[in-house]
Amino acid sequence: MKTIYMDNAATTKMSRTAIDAMLPFMEEYYGNPSSLHTVGQIAAEALDKARADVAQCLGCKPTEITFTSGGSEADNQALISVAKIGERKGKKHIISTAFEHHAMLHTLDKLAKQGFDIELLPVGKTGTITAEQVKNAIREDTILVSTMYANNEIGSVLPIAEIGAVCHEKGVLFHTDAVQATGHLHINVVEQNIDMLSFSGHKFHGPKGIGVLYAKRGIVLSNVIEGGAQERGKRGGTENIPAIVGMAAALKEACEHIDDYGTKVAALRDQLIAGLSQIPHSVVNGDLKNRLPGNVNMCFEGIEGESILLMLDAKGICASSGSACTSGSLDPSHVLLSIGLPHEIAHGSLRLSLCEYNTQEEVDYVLKEIPPIIEYLRNMSPLWKDKVIGKKKFFL
Amino acid sequence: MSKALIAMSGGVDSSVAAHLTQAKGFECIGCTMKLYENEDAGVPKAHTCCSLNDVEDARLVARKLGMPYYVFNFSDDFKEKIIDKFVDCYLHGKTPNPCIDCNRYMKFDKLFDRAKILGCEYIVTGHYARIEREANKFVLKKALDRTKDQSYVLYFLTQEQLAHTLFPLGTYQKSQVRIIAEAQGFVNFNKPDSQDICFVPDGDYAKVVELHAGHLPPQGDFVGTDGTKMGTHKGIIHYTIGQRKGIGLALNEPYFVCSIDVKNNTVVLGKSKDLFARELIAEDFNWISGVAPSEELHCQAKIRYRHQEQAAVVRVLSDGRVQVVFDEPQRAITPGQAVVLYDGDIVLGGGVII
Repeated sequence: MKTIYMDNAATTKMSRTAIDAMLPFMEEYYGNPSSLHTVGQIAAEALDKARADVAQCLGCKPTEITFTSGGSEADNQALISVAKIGERKGKKHIISTAFEHHAMLHTLDKLAKQGFDIELLPVGKTGTITAEQVKNAIREDTILVSTMYANNEIGSVLPIAEIGAVCHEKGVLFHTDAVQATGHLHINVVEQNIDMLSFSGHKFHGPKGIGVLYAKRGIVLSNVIEGGAQERGKRGGTENIPAIVGMAAALKEACEHIDDYGTKVAALRDQLIAGLSQIPHSVVNGDLKNRLPGNVNMCFEGIEGESILLMLDAKGICASSGSACTSGSLDPSHVLLSIGLPHEIAHGSLRLSLCEYNTQEEVDYVLKEIPPIIEYLRNMSPLWKDKVIGKKKFFL
Repeated sequence: MSKALIAMSGGVDSSVAAHLTQAKGFECIGCTMKLYENEDAGVPKAHTCCSLNDVEDARLVARKLGMPYYVFNFSDDFKEKIIDKFVDCYLHGKTPNPCIDCNRYMKFDKLFDRAKILGCEYIVTGHYARIEREANKFVLKKALDRTKDQSYVLYFLTQEQLAHTLFPLGTYQKSQVRIIAEAQGFVNFNKPDSQDICFVPDGDYAKVVELHAGHLPPQGDFVGTDGTKMGTHKGIIHYTIGQRKGIGLALNEPYFVCSIDVKNNTVVLGKSKDLFARELIAEDFNWISGVAPSEELHCQAKIRYRHQEQAAVVRVLSDGRVQVVFDEPQRAITPGQAVVLYDGDIVLGGGVII
């Protein structure tokens, strides 16, 4: 059976470009960039080049790039660093949103326990926020605004440049978790008024276990990992050169093709949304206009997402629902709850996330397979029966 | 080839059940149910989530056997059907058995739906009990290993469920099961048997009740069987019928909790002899055959998991409830616990004592 992979928001297949870029740094140039000898110096050069390439993709200076173990570490370090700065200035108000990734929310929880005042802006039914909301929330003691660039589950793209402008007008730092956006949307940290930005290598066909924290010159980072002098002393541990090189190569490639891939993927996405919306008692989640090119997120009333995934898996289709817990089970999504969906509906969600490797044939196949699966599961569901006979109300 | 869905807890029994089913030629899929969030059990969120170690053990065994493996999140249903009911039961002065409800509503209901979705004809668990086909009916029987027999916690099974359930361990001794697990190289071959209620860490059920109810019932009076006040109790949920320890009164002779009066918030204390009664009524009764007997039935009845079944006469009342009259008075008949009826090895049915 052919595998159809539509879970690219979870992770992506590595590109040939990324793998080819990495291999020499495992096979031949395996040196430690801190070493004096030639093998080490080759690694150091590769590190510098990768840093320059990444900086170019973001429109910043290489010295503003810190390599981390991934998006989560970058998010952690951004928040912890700004919290330190806020502490020094006596500013302890941080603004974020209700539908951030857990790397953000759990770190914010921790800061709240340390006495920070954390304000999570509501994201409304559409699942987005406005610059106006941010403007109204900023206070004298606000040190940071941090909003995700694009939501991992429902695909909404936030008005980053406008939010950044509001922050700068008020003299507040602005961080964005751009894990889902990087490599898929045009980013320029200067033009978009971004002071700090996090992303991860494996969401655009790069390797896992590597990410970036961009911090504008002048923002003092605090360490999450203490150690040697790597990353200008801000992130200890021998640099993961193969991963850094692979990520940089993947990012460069993604940015070079950002428009063609975006157009192609968005067209497939729109077909899926149009086709699946035909299923009665369903809803598309997230911002329909400002949306990640690859994101499809739907709720189907009366059934559980977990059941849909099992049946899709049996057909070779890899999809997702909610966010995965460490056990591999699914938790009801805080993102879907944040856009006002009741628990029961949030449980019946399906996310298909596409990339440029997906084809028209795959989309056709998925559109053929999903409707009968939904119908089969609804016929099995006592909840659905209660709704059909009018004992319980339909929500959608 | 028939497909079977194995409910794997990460323990030695269900692991061996998986192996035995596979050895019989079934195409097997392993799964573990995630039943509760740490917060629901009063465990800080930061602790390892959802008994992750058990999930890892189950996954390792499934991988070793080369079967697909899934974790299903049933925590919403578990909270509604098991934890909330458990809490409610205690608040009403009863002593619940949530493990029976979990078998009933999770393993043999929710999991059955998942089995259907996966195209599995059978659910397999590591319970010690036997299912046999006699004439056109399925019968549920005690396990051959009498010390491990779990037929008591399976009294709610219907004919439909029995037709689609396998208990491979019913004919094995526990000691054999450990030997098989070790021979198979399962990581958990010497893992101790689970004892506690899974969502009640350290047996502190009052903490779980308080967490979910938002309050605990207040202090009240200990009273004698004649109604005279004997002291002050800590709140009814701290007591169960037959309890002697933890009463905390300086009394000349042993006293036991005889009953709990929710309306007056009193706990009735009595002597050992006051604990004995011959009769009980049970509701929510399931007859394994699918048909309630129309005449008086002479059989054996068991009123808690660790109770030797006793001869009794059983009558079905007009409202479907069941009256059980024992030949000899029984100690500490406890509302909330199950009464299960046997004819020798065969489980006839059971219900909840009111």
